[in-house]
Amino acid sequence: MRGRPIAVGVAALVAAGAVAPLLPSYPLTLLTQVAIMAVLAMSLDILLGYTGLPSLGHAAYFGAAAYAVGILATEHQAGFFTCLIAGVLLATATAALFGLVAIRATGTYFLMITLALGMVVWGLAFRWVSLTKGDNGIAGVPRPDLALPWSLAAPLPFFYFALLAAALAWAALGTLARSPFGLTLRGIRESETRMRALGYDVWLHKYLAFVISGGFAGFAGVLWAWYNGFVSPVDVQLVTSVETLLMVALGGPGTLAGPALGAAVIVFLKNFVSVYTKRWLLILGAVYIGVILFAPRGVLGALRAPHR
Amino acid sequence: MTRIRIVASAVLLVLATSLAAPLGVSAQSAPIKIGFLAPLTGPFAQIGKDMVNGNQLYLAEIGGQVAGRKIEVLVEDDEGNPATALNKSRKLVDQDKISILTGGMLANVGYALQPYIDSQKIPTTYPVIAADDITQRKPAKWIVRTGWTTSQPTHPFADWVLKNTKYRKIAAIGMDYAFGYETIGGFQQVFEEGGGQIVQRIWAPLNTNDFAPFLAQIRRDADAVLALFTGRLALQFVKQYEEAGLKGKLPLLGGGTITDETVLPQMGDEAIGLITALHYSQALDNPANAKFNKAFEASAGKIPSYYSEATYTNARWIVEAIKAVGGKVEDRDALLAALRRVDLKESARGPLKVDDFGNPIQNIYIRKVERVGGRLQNTVIATYPAVSQFWKYKPDEYMKRPLYGRDYPPCRYCQ
Repeated sequence: MRGRPIAVGVAALVAAGAVAPLLPSYPLTLLTQVAIMAVLAMSLDILLGYTGLPSLGHAAYFGAAAYAVGILATEHQAGFFTCLIAGVLLATATAALFGLVAIRATGTYFLMITLALGMVVWGLAFRWVSLTKGDNGIAGVPRPDLALPWSLAAPLPFFYFALLAAALAWAALGTLARSPFGLTLRGIRESETRMRALGYDVWLHKYLAFVISGGFAGFAGVLWAWYNGFVSPVDVQLVTSVETLLMVALGGPGTLAGPALGAAVIVFLKNFVSVYTKRWLLILGAVYIGVILFAPRGVLGALRAPHR
Repeated sequence: MTRIRIVASAVLLVLATSLAAPLGVSAQSAPIKIGFLAPLTGPFAQIGKDMVNGNQLYLAEIGGQVAGRKIEVLVEDDEGNPATALNKSRKLVDQDKISILTGGMLANVGYALQPYIDSQKIPTTYPVIAADDITQRKPAKWIVRTGWTTSQPTHPFADWVLKNTKYRKIAAIGMDYAFGYETIGGFQQVFEEGGGQIVQRIWAPLNTNDFAPFLAQIRRDADAVLALFTGRLALQFVKQYEEAGLKGKLPLLGGGTITDETVLPQMGDEAIGLITALHYSQALDNPANAKFNKAFEASAGKIPSYYSEATYTNARWIVEAIKAVGGKVEDRDALLAALRRVDLKESARGPLKVDDFGNPIQNIYIRKVERVGGRLQNTVIATYPAVSQFWKYKPDEYMKRPLYGRDYPPCRYCQ
C-alpha cells in the first residue's frame, strides 16, 4: 500500500474529479455508481483480501443501511446525519450479530453461513411489508440537503459527494490495513494456527474485521439509497453479494485499490456491453474466467508481482 | 509500474469514448426515439422477448414511420432489476435523448422509475406493469398506463362469480408478493360486499417447489378455490391440483395469469374448465385481434400472450398520440396530453380510453379454458364492458382504503 500505488490511486481520484464537469450526465451517473460500488468492494476486501474470509452475504449490510435510509428519509424526513449514522449503525449492528454466528466457520462453510445470513435479511426485506413495502420497494428517497450552494439532486455535485466519500473510505480502510491490526489480519490469512500460537486472539481479530467490513458496506448502502432514490429487496439479494465478491476477485484481493478498479470494470462492462448485445452476460462470464485463469490474484495482484 | 500506467490509460480511454455523446439533431425530420425497457436476461427473459416482439410487430405494420418521421426503438435490458432499469433509463434519457420511454414488466421497476420519470419530465407509458398504486394513490404525472391494474379484472370477476355460480365460500391461494395480494384482494373486496366469503388465504413463496403441503391445507368445505400464479408456478400448481384429486371436487378459479398464453400451450387437460378473468384473451373474437393473431403467429411463430398484445397495442397508442401532435414530440406537454387523450374504438383487446388517473378503462373478459381444434385456449364466456380500475367505487372513496395487501382486506371469515 505504500508509495506509488497510493500515488496512482490519488491520481485516479483527481483525474476523475477533473474530467467530471466535462462529462454528460449519463457517464457521470455511472462514475458515481463506480465510486459507491468501490466503497462496497473495498469493504469486502478487508474480509476477503486481508483476512481471507470469503463472505457471500455482504449485500445484507449494504441493504440494511439502504433500507434504514429509505425508511427514515421517506417516512420521517430524516436529514443527512440521522440517515448516515442510522444506516452505518444498523449495518454495523447487523454485522456484529451475524459475526457471532459466522466467524466460527472458515472456507466453504463460511461462504455458506454468510450466504444463509444474507438470505435472512433478504427475507425480511421481502416479507416485512409494513416496514419495507416488500417487493415493491421504497421509492422516492430524497437526497440529503447539506445546506450547500449546490443541490445534491444534480448529478455533478452528487458525483463529487460520492467521490469524496469513496476517498475517505479508501483512506480509512488503507490506514486500517497498514495498522498493526491490519498486519495481524494478514497474518491470520496466511496461517491462523501460527498466529494463535503467537498469542493473538484470532477470533476477536476476525470478528472485528467482520464488523468493520459490515460497517463500511453500510456506508456504501447509505450512498446507494441516496443515489438511486430507491431501495428494494434486489439490493439485498444474493446477486448483489456475488457481484461484490467478483469485483474484489477481479481487481485483486488484498489491495483495496484493486477491488475499486474491479468495481469500475464491472459497472462499465455491465452498462456498455449490454447496449451492444443481449449476450453481455456471456462476455462478463468470459472476463471472469479469463481473470481466474490468467490472473488468479486479480488484475492489480497480477500487475504488482507478475512473476512468482 | 508502467503496467499500471497502461491500465490507467486504458480506463481513461474507456471514459473518453463514453464522452463521445451523439451529436444532437434538432430538425423536425429526425427520427423519433422511443426507449423500450424489457427483461431480456434472467427468469423473465421469455416474457421480455414477447414484449419486444409485440412492439416491433406494430411498428413494422405502419412501416416504422409516423407523421413523416421515422421511429427508432432503442431496446434496453432491464434484467427485471429496478437499479438496472434506472441506469438504463438514465442512459436512454441523457445519452440517447429519447422522446418517449416505455416498457418494463415488474412492479418494483415501475415504482423505482416513477420519481425519475417525473423529475425528467419524459412522457412514459407502462404497457405491462400493473401495480395498482402507480395510477391510484401514488399517481405519476408523466406516466400513462396502457396496460391494466392488478385488481382491475378481479373486481368484475367476483361480481360474475356471485351472479353466475353458487360459490359463496371460496378459499384463496396466491403468490406471496404484491401482485398476488392485489389480485386476490380485489376479488375479496367485491365478493364479500356481495355476500360471499373468503374462508381461507394461503400465500405461497415465489420459490415454492412443491405445492403438496399447500394443497393439503386447502379447506375441503369451501365451494371453490381462487388461485393466482404466474409462469412456472402456474404450470405446477394446476398440475398438482389435479394430481391431488381436487379438480373434480373443488372448482378452480384464477387470476388471469394462471392460464395466460405464456403458460397455456404447455398445459394439458388439467387446465380445462379453469375460469379466469383478464383484459385480454388470445381467443377473443374481434377483427383487430384476428389480424393481430395472424400477424404475430407469422412473425414470432407462436400464439401471442397478453404481454405481446400489451406492447402491440401500446405501440399503437403511442403512434396515435404522435399523430395527434403532428409528429412534434419535442413538445413534451402536448405529447403527454395526447397520450392521455388516446381513445381507441377498437383494439385487439376491445375499446380503450384513459381515466383521469392515467389507466385504461377497458373490457374485462371472463374466460374458461377449453380445448378447441386440439389446442387449449381461454374462451371468453362473459364480457364486462368499460371497466374502470376503481370498479364501481368513487375514486376518492376507493383510494381512502389501503392498498390491497397481505392483510388487507382483513380475512374475516378465515379460521
